Amino acid sequence: MKKLKKTLIYLFLSIATIISIYPFFWMIVSMTNKSVDVTQGRQLPGTYLFENLRKLFDQVDMVTALTNSAIIAILSTVFTLFIASLAGYGFQMYRSKGKDIVFNILLLSMMIPFASIMIPLYRLFGRISQTAPIIGIDTLAAAFLPTITTAFFIFFFRQNTKMFPKDLIEAGRIDGLSEIGIFFRIFVPTMKTTYAAAAIIAFMNSWNNFLWPLVVLQSPSKQTIPLLISNLGSSYSPDYGMIMSAITIATLPTALVFFFMQKHFVAGMMGSVKG
Amino acid sequence: MKQLTNKNNIGWLFVLISVVAITLFYFYPMFDAFLLSFQSGMGANLEYVGLNNWSRLLNDPTLRQALINTMTYLIIQVPLMIVLALFFSVILNDPDLKFRGFFRTAIFLPAVTSLVAYSVIFKYMFSIDGIVNQLLLNLNFISEPIAFISDPFWAKVVIILAITWRWTGYNMIFYLSALQNIDRSIYEAARIDGANSFQQFIQITIPMLKPIILFTTITSTIGTLQLFDEVVNITSGGPGIQTISISQYIYDLSFKYTPNFGYAATVSYVIVILVVILSIIQFKVAGEKE
Repeated sequence: MKKLKKTLIYLFLSIATIISIYPFFWMIVSMTNKSVDVTQGRQLPGTYLFENLRKLFDQVDMVTALTNSAIIAILSTVFTLFIASLAGYGFQMYRSKGKDIVFNILLLSMMIPFASIMIPLYRLFGRISQTAPIIGIDTLAAAFLPTITTAFFIFFFRQNTKMFPKDLIEAGRIDGLSEIGIFFRIFVPTMKTTYAAAAIIAFMNSWNNFLWPLVVLQSPSKQTIPLLISNLGSSYSPDYGMIMSAITIATLPTALVFFFMQKHFVAGMMGSVKG
Repeated sequence: MKQLTNKNNIGWLFVLISVVAITLFYFYPMFDAFLLSFQSGMGANLEYVGLNNWSRLLNDPTLRQALINTMTYLIIQVPLMIVLALFFSVILNDPDLKFRGFFRTAIFLPAVTSLVAYSVIFKYMFSIDGIVNQLLLNLNFISEPIAFISDPFWAKVVIILAITWRWTGYNMIFYLSALQNIDRSIYEAARIDGANSFQQFIQITIPMLKPIILFTTITSTIGTLQLFDEVVNITSGGPGIQTISISQYIYDLSFKYTPNFGYAATVSYVIVILVVILSIIQFKVAGEKE
């Protein structure tokens, strides 16, 4: 009876594993096959990898999309880490009744569905376009500006600041550091793992973001990776080998981050619930 | 005392940029959307039309379909995923299980994919000559391929399966970490009292995990109400509008059909209202059992 149960559990887990991993397997195998082989259900690696990659970089503006996505994701991450950690630290270290109220109001923004603010945001950037076109509609700046800080990350940094030893701050004050100096010289270097976890999540969010770039970026030269894949995916006669190469390349950064920084990855995910 | 107020003011400087940015990029747009919901017109030429948009909500067949679809996804997908994730987490929490780390990583792996990327993969896997049809044909489960993507029923099934594939492992990680905080001696005691594993699950695990189950249910609900990437990339709302989500409808109203920002903003408030109502219900339901 016990043995049967064990066997069933392993069987169940094995099936779940196959279902979880198969799409990745198929993606990578298809990347090395001719489109026609993919449609015929070929499950073995082929020899078309370089051909597919060559087509991808020749026929589609993959380099531009990769560059755009990287610029947007890096700037979004840098700004979020800086602005949200300042706020999380401020709300926790200089706690006051007023700040607690403001903090709770900011948290409410987590409940706002993006679909309900995308049109006003689009209009806002439309107006910005008239005075400052370099950060208006159809610019990379417009794609990351709304993500420079979010309530989630402020909350995340505030939770983590709770574990930061106050003695270090006092020591900094005695050493004559200014308040902002304490933040940069003491807080930031000690909280490296917190920043690493936040960076992973912020980068992933931005790298995978679809709806806002779809709304605000219009010209092909501003396309990001998700927009490019979505376009390729909706073509009537898809070149499977080529599209799978694009998808694999798009998945690579987040997959690598996951495998090499699994601990930080999970810490970032959990940041929203602990404490 | 003077130094204290001074510090208080410095504190405000720390939070200033965030307060300004969130007000500008979240609260102001919410307010603008509210004003927009009383306006109508094309593109930027808007005029106030009173409650016209709001009364139009009541007689909009596309909106009704979008609501039915979104609720279908919600009611089937969220419970399915939460139960599966709980199940995996309990199994994988057993320290005697071999290859625990491997299974955990494998089941979590879908969570690293981008929504667009996995949607396109699912669309191809379920296409008429796709791998799923080939498998079912070879196993003789079906005699001719199923048009998964262009059939109103199967298209919804594919979307639900896709979302479940992507998010089950993600939610499982939350439960696993919560399970690690449960004292093993509680289970020991229950076993001595003669409780079997199912009874232990219902009487110990579920109550202990209640806060985290509530958290994941609310985030999943909010996520499903905002569903966009999957529907657009798997079925583009089709066949017809049979799988369209509310978010996609808002997008279509604003950027695909003749732009009608006023009505689109009104529809967007439907999502806001649903998010608020469902979150309150979930809090109430979870609170009552206490």
